Amino acid sequence: MIAIFKREFKSYFINVSGYVFLAAIWLFSGIFATALNFIGRYASYEYALSNLMIVLLLIIPILTMRSMSEDRRNKTDMLLYSLPVSSAQVVIGKYFAMLAVWAVACLGMGVTPIIIGMYGAVNFASAYSALLGFFLLGAALIAVCTFVSSLTENQLIAAIGGIVTSLALYLLGSLVGLIPASALASFACFAVLAIALAVIVYFLTKSYVIAAIVAVVTLVPTVAIYFINSELYASAFPKMLEYLALFDRYYTFLGGIFDVGAVVYYISFAVFFIFLTVQSFDKRRWS
Amino acid sequence: MIKVRNLTKNYGGHLAVKGISFDIKPGKIYGLLGPNGAGKSTTMNILTGCLAATSGEVTVDGHDIFEEPLEAKRHIGYLPEQPPVYGEMTPREYLMFVAEAKGVPFEKSLRHVKEVMQLTQIYDVRDRLIRNLSKGYRQRVGIAQAMIGEPDVIILDEPTVGLDPAQIIEIRNLIRKLGRIKTVIISSHILAEISAVCDHVIIISKGNIVANETLENLEARAGGNGLTLKIKGDKKRAEKLISAVSGVESAEYSENDGIVNASITYSADVREALFNAFADAKMPILEMHTDESTLEDIFLQLAYGTDERDASLIAEVTEEEDDYPEEKKPAKKKEKEEDDYKPLFGSSDDEEDDE
Repeated sequence: MIAIFKREFKSYFINVSGYVFLAAIWLFSGIFATALNFIGRYASYEYALSNLMIVLLLIIPILTMRSMSEDRRNKTDMLLYSLPVSSAQVVIGKYFAMLAVWAVACLGMGVTPIIIGMYGAVNFASAYSALLGFFLLGAALIAVCTFVSSLTENQLIAAIGGIVTSLALYLLGSLVGLIPASALASFACFAVLAIALAVIVYFLTKSYVIAAIVAVVTLVPTVAIYFINSELYASAFPKMLEYLALFDRYYTFLGGIFDVGAVVYYISFAVFFIFLTVQSFDKRRWS
Repeated sequence: MIKVRNLTKNYGGHLAVKGISFDIKPGKIYGLLGPNGAGKSTTMNILTGCLAATSGEVTVDGHDIFEEPLEAKRHIGYLPEQPPVYGEMTPREYLMFVAEAKGVPFEKSLRHVKEVMQLTQIYDVRDRLIRNLSKGYRQRVGIAQAMIGEPDVIILDEPTVGLDPAQIIEIRNLIRKLGRIKTVIISSHILAEISAVCDHVIIISKGNIVANETLENLEARAGGNGLTLKIKGDKKRAEKLISAVSGVESAEYSENDGIVNASITYSADVREALFNAFADAKMPILEMHTDESTLEDIFLQLAYGTDERDASLIAEVTEEEDDYPEEKKPAKKKEKEEDDYKPLFGSSDDEEDDE
């Protein structure tokens, strides 16, 4: 795992992608800090970070696009499969390499509050907790985009897929308001979701039996709960979407609050998508 | 060393490997021979844990490749069809990475990597980017990668595909060298390839094993020490003379414009006796040659269920089915440059030189 981590980390700085990534994030961080902190004279870096969120969803996919798909394209995945290393170790090694690049980016950005501090009173605790939150937000996003990259062998598709997914997660919070909160609507949404899941499982496994099992396992409780106590469904679907709105969780950090719940949320989000990536990587052994 | 039992692989309804079983014993060079699409790569991918089998069992040194993959993989070095090298690294960096991933301690790996580079003759290019190396060198870096970590078995999938004749000879010599210290399994669709380096041949056709024998046995099975003669003169006299020579087992004759064609099978070398007999009878022998393609015949028979007559036809078909149809160089070049190398299927081992 350490070998893979080292190789991947180095490769970001042998290729241009690592430099492009760092240059982009530092450039935008600098622009926002200049505009808001130095010209706008706000003594808090959090303002710049809140504007950087939109940049994040464009540049994280640049970092992650080659992570899994390049190996598939160059057939170097055969090496990874034949090494005495488990799939989880491969994926985690790659993930930590990206996380390290992202950490370098955040460390670089960490200089800004110090510079601001030279000219005014800065609440460093608040600024750095916001930066830590920003790092965790990026970490979760990297995991999501790595999973997208593992689905294709084309880097461009991986990048676009990553951007679209990130954008969807970004907009999710605002879209929730459009969904009716009634129990019936929520029930319908969950039922559709269960069926969609079964269809996806069918396309992944090409097995009617497994797809049918998934459909039954998800649909039966959904329907049963609705008939036993439909009240449970009231605004359940919007709540679930709200839970998935990755970016909205970050606003508490910007308010100067170190939200432990959000930290756990981001870490579990990342773990879940790394788990999916491992499955996706392993799945190719079976086809 | 490696035990394979009833191995089956089903690709969404298409049976690529149909319940094959074989054993690999230490210290030999094994050749997996078969036409394109016979299931060679699939089998090798399963042996090395790169692919899961639908059913069956593979054990490497007693470790099941599906149950204890990490233990089993430690005993295997694998070069897939395309060398899995990172273009942006140098051979030395790459091999150090592989050594670390295979768990070779750092102090040891410095020496080990150097040894492997010297053995595979890539030491001179150790600090150039793999991306800029020729296909032959990249292939050797791939073989070096398989040797890292001192595995007991080295599995090479079509190691000479896409190389020029000089490189093919070098890779073959390298494989022979490897065979002295390790168990080696190579795959190929070219018989000459296998017969040049292997001790033991496993012929696969359409997912089944049709032969699993030592090269000598296979040659013996090909049997038929045959001789073709062209003699000027009368058919009846020729028949008489040939049947009088001891050692001749059977003969077939045909006559054409005063020239007799005779195909003879013999048990002992009869060429001298025949020459003397016809010289005494003042019947000039215009042509005499031994039939050397017998091993190819048996391969074609086993692999395709046809005989030599259709070989040219098959060559064309396999060429068309080849994975790399874009670039076909004339096969002549190769025949000329290497005496013991006879491409059975013309240029079908040419590969598109990617990127």
